[in-house]
Amino acid sequence: MFLYIVRRIFQTIPVMIGVTLAVFLMMHLIPGDAAKIMAGENANPEQIEQMRENLGLNEPLYQQYFSFIGNAVQGDLGNSIRTSRAVTSEIFDSRFWITVQLALVGTVLAVIFGLLAGIISATRKYSFADVSLMVIALFGLSMPNFWLGIMLIYLFSVNLGWFPVAGWGTWEHMILPAITLGTAGAAIIARMTRSSMLEVMDQDYIRTAYAKGVSDKLVIYKHGLRNALIPVVTVVGLQFGTLLGGAVITETVFAVNGLGRLVIDSIRAHDFPMVQGTILVCAVLFVVVNTMVDISYRLLNKRIDLN
Amino acid sequence: MSDQALLEVKELKQYFPIKGGVFGRTVNHVKAVDDVSFTVNEGETVSIVGESGCGKSTTGRAILRLDNPYSGNIYFQGEDLVSLSKSQMRKKRKDLQIIFQDPYASLNPRQTVSQILEEAMEIQKVIPKKDRRKKITELLETVGIGAHQIDRYPHEFSGGQRQRIGIARALSVDPKLIVCDEAVSALDVSIQAQVLNLLKDLQRKFKLTYLFISHDLGVVRHISDRIIVMYLGKIVEVADKKSLFNQPRHPYTQALLSAIPSTNITERRERIILTGDVPSPIDPPAGCRFHTRCPLAFDRCAKEEPKLMSVSGSGYQQVACHLTEESKA
Repeated sequence: MFLYIVRRIFQTIPVMIGVTLAVFLMMHLIPGDAAKIMAGENANPEQIEQMRENLGLNEPLYQQYFSFIGNAVQGDLGNSIRTSRAVTSEIFDSRFWITVQLALVGTVLAVIFGLLAGIISATRKYSFADVSLMVIALFGLSMPNFWLGIMLIYLFSVNLGWFPVAGWGTWEHMILPAITLGTAGAAIIARMTRSSMLEVMDQDYIRTAYAKGVSDKLVIYKHGLRNALIPVVTVVGLQFGTLLGGAVITETVFAVNGLGRLVIDSIRAHDFPMVQGTILVCAVLFVVVNTMVDISYRLLNKRIDLN
Repeated sequence: MSDQALLEVKELKQYFPIKGGVFGRTVNHVKAVDDVSFTVNEGETVSIVGESGCGKSTTGRAILRLDNPYSGNIYFQGEDLVSLSKSQMRKKRKDLQIIFQDPYASLNPRQTVSQILEEAMEIQKVIPKKDRRKKITELLETVGIGAHQIDRYPHEFSGGQRQRIGIARALSVDPKLIVCDEAVSALDVSIQAQVLNLLKDLQRKFKLTYLFISHDLGVVRHISDRIIVMYLGKIVEVADKKSLFNQPRHPYTQALLSAIPSTNITERRERIILTGDVPSPIDPPAGCRFHTRCPLAFDRCAKEEPKLMSVSGSGYQQVACHLTEESKA
């Protein structure tokens, strides 16, 4: 098992190289002159040249990449153009944790509701409950994030006054954005759980369990769900990445100062080091989460023997 | 029949609804088992044979209420299983066990062998916790699985070994009746013989009664005392092994037996080839269900359904065919 984890971590290295390369090249792929854009509309040629020098854009490309990586490994992602603060402290002081918190709560909500809905649907195939849950799931999947967010604010904050309209700080602030973020995931998990459970519940070993005299509940959870969980875990891992992306919109709607809003604000201000840094952090987080998912497969399923 | 019947199945019907339309109404039924009655005596091995889709496995599952029967009664030691509540039935499962066809699908991949066996013991409270491990080891050894393999997962075993684990699992609660649903069909021929002999030994040792479901006449001949032949959800013939193999009465049974390859070249039998497919169990033919394919069918067969009637012979034999009825009259 330990060997497997070590190997799995080594396997992320090529992915990381790809990610850093993509993020690094962003600076060079944007149309026009990056230095000119960042220096602002009213900059004179000397200021632009100064900016180019600061960003190291005069050096050969490969050298730029290596110094980018070298600095990144040491936790230096450059300085924000907008605030002049270090990109890493901009990200990790609070924004990163807010977004991670939001994504985690969103994921937890998605998993709880998705699993419950999926199990109810699967065990009551074609019943009224099944059909209505799947229709709700389809809605959840089809609703755009920003619209759902606005509707939730309208209903629960403006009309009912249960939750604050926007901002961050208490757990009440977290509920609506987390629901907004988690809904699509819950819908996907529900549909995935349903189909996976239906397949498993038709297996002979489920009949074996019934034949032993195991109660319905135990058959569903101990024999059914445990075997149905693997595809669901995959979806949860991938969903976490989607959540990070979804945070951009959700944080904007709810005026939450997380990574998502940071990206939006930085793009608006042509603050490329900041954009680069945020994307890199998100990408690394995504890779880490999915590596963890892969490792958890092994714990869930003794049959996946990859050593 | 004698009064010591362990299992008596009476007018068992198993219809599966076909849902259709926008609101999922039941538009029709698959009549998988249609009015089947038979008994199994204690210590006996009764086989149900027939081709795929004739309802033999469905019968087995309905008896154990793994699928609840559509109608009919199942008396086990005089008690009607159909009338039992879910929790009463769960307790009854101690006495009725099943061995499935596919040894790869019938064991939970996430449980070790000992967990698989222990779960059943725990639920049925057959043995105190401290003695379970010992009992599991004994059981596994009885079926030829070594004690050192007790904590392995099913995927670490071969098909034959898995089927032995399935057998040990069924035995773990000291059942009286075991339904063997195509229990050896998925195994290689050499392994089949081993498992069949094992089943026979276990029957003697634990005084078991088997309801053996199979499409393989060779296997059935090896293990059965009595044989039930099913076609399209109905019993067409019931007989003791000797009578059935020596003097099959129903044209369908005759056709089935003629398909067994003979090793004796001087005694080549004529093979009866049935034409056409088995009709759909959704809308089975009127009269005798076999008449559409029967080489000997006549007018009456299409109109009137033949009843299962005893025929005189050396042993015990019942046939549902107008021909035998008419020749008797």
